Amino acid sequence: MPTQTKSKPILEVEELSISFAQYTSGLRQSSLKVIADLSVSVCPGEIVAVVGSSGSGKSLLAHAILGILPGNAAISGSIRFAGQKLTAEYQEAIRGREIALIPQSVNYLDPLMQVGKQVRNAAKIARGSSPDRAAARKIQREAFARYNLAPEVERLLPFQLSGGMARRVLVATALVSSARLVIADEPTPGLDDAAVRETLGCFRELADQGRGVLLITHDIETALEIADRIAVFYAGTTVEVAPVQDFSGGGEALRHPYTKALWRSLPKNDFAPIPGFQPHPNALPEGCLFQPRCPMATPECTAGRPEMRAVREGMVRCIHAS
Amino acid sequence: MLLEASEIGFRYSKNQWVLRGVSVAIRSGEVVGLIGPSGCGKTTLGRILAGYERPHEGSVALDGKALPATGYHPVQLVFQHPEKAVNPRWRMRKTLAEGGGPDEQLLAALGIQEEWLSRWPNELSGGELQRFCVARALRPQTRFLIADEMTAMLDGITQAQIWHAVLDYARKQEMGVLVVSHEKSLINRLCTRVVDLTQFC
Repeated sequence: MPTQTKSKPILEVEELSISFAQYTSGLRQSSLKVIADLSVSVCPGEIVAVVGSSGSGKSLLAHAILGILPGNAAISGSIRFAGQKLTAEYQEAIRGREIALIPQSVNYLDPLMQVGKQVRNAAKIARGSSPDRAAARKIQREAFARYNLAPEVERLLPFQLSGGMARRVLVATALVSSARLVIADEPTPGLDDAAVRETLGCFRELADQGRGVLLITHDIETALEIADRIAVFYAGTTVEVAPVQDFSGGGEALRHPYTKALWRSLPKNDFAPIPGFQPHPNALPEGCLFQPRCPMATPECTAGRPEMRAVREGMVRCIHAS
Repeated sequence: MLLEASEIGFRYSKNQWVLRGVSVAIRSGEVVGLIGPSGCGKTTLGRILAGYERPHEGSVALDGKALPATGYHPVQLVFQHPEKAVNPRWRMRKTLAEGGGPDEQLLAALGIQEEWLSRWPNELSGGELQRFCVARALRPQTRFLIADEMTAMLDGITQAQIWHAVLDYARKQEMGVLVVSHEKSLINRLCTRVVDLTQFC
């Protein structure tokens, strides 16, 4: 269990950029920057949601933190865990112990291993080199009981689980790991209301135990229900980090024009879209990334990429925000 | 026009009915929501209405006549994952032409850029691909559209853009729409009527 105070972040990501080397024609290579200057932090006991459209590369953030990006990826910027810089060796040492990933789907479970055993393995890895089978079994059974998984479920194979059960098994692997940081990647699509509520409850519980939770999702309404802070992802970077209370009314408390537009586009609000689309990583506009679609844009907006700066309890990447 | 599914029964394995005795009717110009918990057969019902599956019991009729077995299907289905609904080895122009020549006005309404037409599917984002899937399904011969979690994976702005274009088109063409979604606020915003599959479970 963590001992830090609430104010000291467990995870600090600063100016993270990820690019991929690609072959264009023949042996010619080009590099495609998918994430640029992304900054976000998570404190113990806090749920931070990174919200962005699917396919925009936000899962790569999770993969970068865990050190499981493919070989043709290059990263720059810094990622610190509990104040210490995450190097490849450090990542390998703490992956599954200090940092746990709740992946997107049942596809991430071993299809040929009983799910109880998979959870026991996670418990063993978390406890280092002395695998005590009885202790691992006890931990796994407690975790199953907590998430309303019947005792006989431990002997099932992943394909025999419903979507909601599989999700609870995945959450259980994170619970038994005693990780101080839990990263959940798109945990809710395709689940019905009851299952969504149940999954979100699990995350709140993990956070209330003093862990930090980084929730990566495209579904802002889900994020608003449980997160403490929301980081809004646009065209490969975070344009705003705002406390969840700011998402209310007509969005007056929000800082970035994109966040305001996103808030107003929700079905429960105005359902009013703005025209245009998010720029591609290989065709980014001059200056501010949102400037071509922004109603507030001025000539200064094209001059350079705005820096992330603190505005009223949050962070924003816009020169006009106040 | 009236799209009518009556007393539909369907099962994927013996003795395990996914749908049984399900009846749904949609009129032209109507926007109907279809809701229900995971696994209750919403997608299966959509597939049956669009002719992807044949029901084991009951029938689907368009104005009292059976749905056509060949030629253009008047009930079109748009799936949740556009990347699984397009041929990865075709350029977008070819995919778009599958249903007939493109309707310039519709492409503009959906925000499809001329430059995207010469791209491969893996060079577009999910939101951009879904715009193509919608454009492909909206031909003049399409009388009903089944939107199965059509915008569940997209951001709010793209979701609103696509739905505004679809609803405008439906109004102009007197097309009926069945909206399959888990999202209550979206259903409330779009639909004039809601069918809850729980009642048939």
